[in-house]
Amino acid sequence: MSPQQLESIQRHPHYQALVREKTRLNWSLTLAMLVIYYGFVLLVAFSPETLGRPLNGGVTSVGMLAGVLVILLSVGLTGIYVHRSNRRIDPLNEQIKQECAQ
Amino acid sequence: MKRLARLLVPSLLALASPSVLAAEGASRPLNWNAIGMFLLFVLFTLGVTRWAAMRTRSTRDFYTAGGGLSGLQNGLAIAGDMVSAASFLGISAMMFMTGFDGLLYSLGVLAGWPIILFLIAERLRNLGKFTFADVVAYRLAQTPVRITAAFGTLTVALMYLVAQMVGAGKLIELLFGISYLHAVMLVGVLMVCYVTFGGMLATTWVQIIKAVLLLSGSSFMAFMVLRHFGFSTEALFAGAAAVHAKGTAIMAPGGLLSNPVDAISLGLGMMFGTAGLPHILMRFFTVADAREARKSVFYATGFIGYFYLLLIVIGFGAIVMVGTDPQFRDAAGAIIGGGNMVAVHLAQTVGGSLFLGFISAVAFATILAVVAGLALSGASAVSHDLYATVVRKGQASEREEMRVSRIATLAIGVLAILLGLVFEAQNIAFLSGLVLAIAASVNFPVLFLSMFWKGLTTRGAVAGSLIGLFSAVTLVVLGPAVWVNVLKNPSAIFPYANPALFSMTLAFLGAWLFSVSDASERASQERGRYLAQFIRSMTGVGAAGASQH
Repeated sequence: MSPQQLESIQRHPHYQALVREKTRLNWSLTLAMLVIYYGFVLLVAFSPETLGRPLNGGVTSVGMLAGVLVILLSVGLTGIYVHRSNRRIDPLNEQIKQECAQ
Repeated sequence: MKRLARLLVPSLLALASPSVLAAEGASRPLNWNAIGMFLLFVLFTLGVTRWAAMRTRSTRDFYTAGGGLSGLQNGLAIAGDMVSAASFLGISAMMFMTGFDGLLYSLGVLAGWPIILFLIAERLRNLGKFTFADVVAYRLAQTPVRITAAFGTLTVALMYLVAQMVGAGKLIELLFGISYLHAVMLVGVLMVCYVTFGGMLATTWVQIIKAVLLLSGSSFMAFMVLRHFGFSTEALFAGAAAVHAKGTAIMAPGGLLSNPVDAISLGLGMMFGTAGLPHILMRFFTVADAREARKSVFYATGFIGYFYLLLIVIGFGAIVMVGTDPQFRDAAGAIIGGGNMVAVHLAQTVGGSLFLGFISAVAFATILAVVAGLALSGASAVSHDLYATVVRKGQASEREEMRVSRIATLAIGVLAILLGLVFEAQNIAFLSGLVLAIAASVNFPVLFLSMFWKGLTTRGAVAGSLIGLFSAVTLVVLGPAVWVNVLKNPSAIFPYANPALFSMTLAFLGAWLFSVSDASERASQERGRYLAQFIRSMTGVGAAGASQH
């Protein structure tokens, strides 16, 4: 691409919207994942007795539930990402590609 | 407990814990069910390889299966790379011995995948063609960056291969009753066959077939365990706590991650080490575009997560169904074949000797599929990064490049067999920990910075990689895994088992320092090319597409 083309893409409102949306989605979900995972790890390191406490008086512990939740949330977050990307970011991206192809 | 964890943790990835397995001796009878089913798998995959060979004509076919795999296919293959024999046997063994701590380990592997998806998967597909060095070298000087990246790839691939080879030899000796020498040769020869003839297409299909077999086998085992406990997880956990020596303590953290620094370091190493494994990164070039790359990680995360949920049931089920059954214990009361065999014993309990054979064959198939991917990534670093780009400056014909990649595969195969034999009696449990630490410190920081930071220059990228390599190797050698366990010193100079927190930080700092202080003309041109790269990484305009078949 020539410098002029780069310049014009960079100033294009669709491109700017795309970068804004993508950056926000990427980093907010990354942060969520880091908080979930390291929250769990730090709980294990600093307060194992919280996780060892039985759930509803049975044998199943709080930690077991938390661990399963971390797995489900990981899959859930990737699902949110794919859904949002398909719904909101891909259409924008398509428009930009078409305009570039012209 | 801490000592136990230290011994266990590094051995998980490669299952390369010879001390545990070797203790049992090799004189087990030939397991004909397992051998029969394994032969069936080999015949079928060789058929697939033949089919793939007919479709592998160009370098693009060889490295990336023509770039035409669907998100689901690639997702299964990625999941296959992660749910290895090591995680199936190793993590279920950890749960059998320590309960909850086994779960902690599996979470680290899983939690890396969403991050890979959010930050690097699509950019990688938009920028690269065959190897991750394509991405790092996009706007930097080809020769130094390619040499460094190829070096990083080969180091990781070879170390990982050695760990897998030794683990495979011991495991197969135990499961099938054939000798270590034959097992290692068999793995090496089949790996070379798949890769040289069938390239990425065959490698991927072997991985997909194995992933489906392993997922269905584990689903069956988990189902049978749950049925045994009346489909109540509470009954399962209560039963396990009632018979386990630790009692209800198996439902709580037992000290695996009691040191916060080690805990965070292990987490970082597993998260970002995965994002720096060359054979995993290569998978993102096998799909048509960023959209399919995105879908493949979604599927992969789903399959990996599902697999670890099954492992909880399998591991805790084994505590009751294997742990209390005297037929699985030897005269001294230890589990026959060592701790890593509990999942295999459970297979016998829930499905009889035929299913035992099936699970053994799947474990073998799993190793084959993983080593094939490793060999392919190593070969592509030699032929694409070193030969075609550095030596021939992009002037090599497709035929020449293909020939070099096949010769490289053969050389890697021979090397892997030799190293597997050399290291048979060595304690190499530290290798798998080292592999992840190196991947996280050598490959990941420069890959990340090349995509996210305009200021990265060639000098910074090379310096960052080398600093990461040097610090990761040094810290592992000075740490408990080598300094105490291998070199038999009384206490470690570097107290933490996992160096990733420190070596990754040093690699990032090094890349930053040597970039910002780079005032050369070349550096300013490299910074100037970032905009074009950024636009392509965001939009996919100009990205390499799928080839037509």
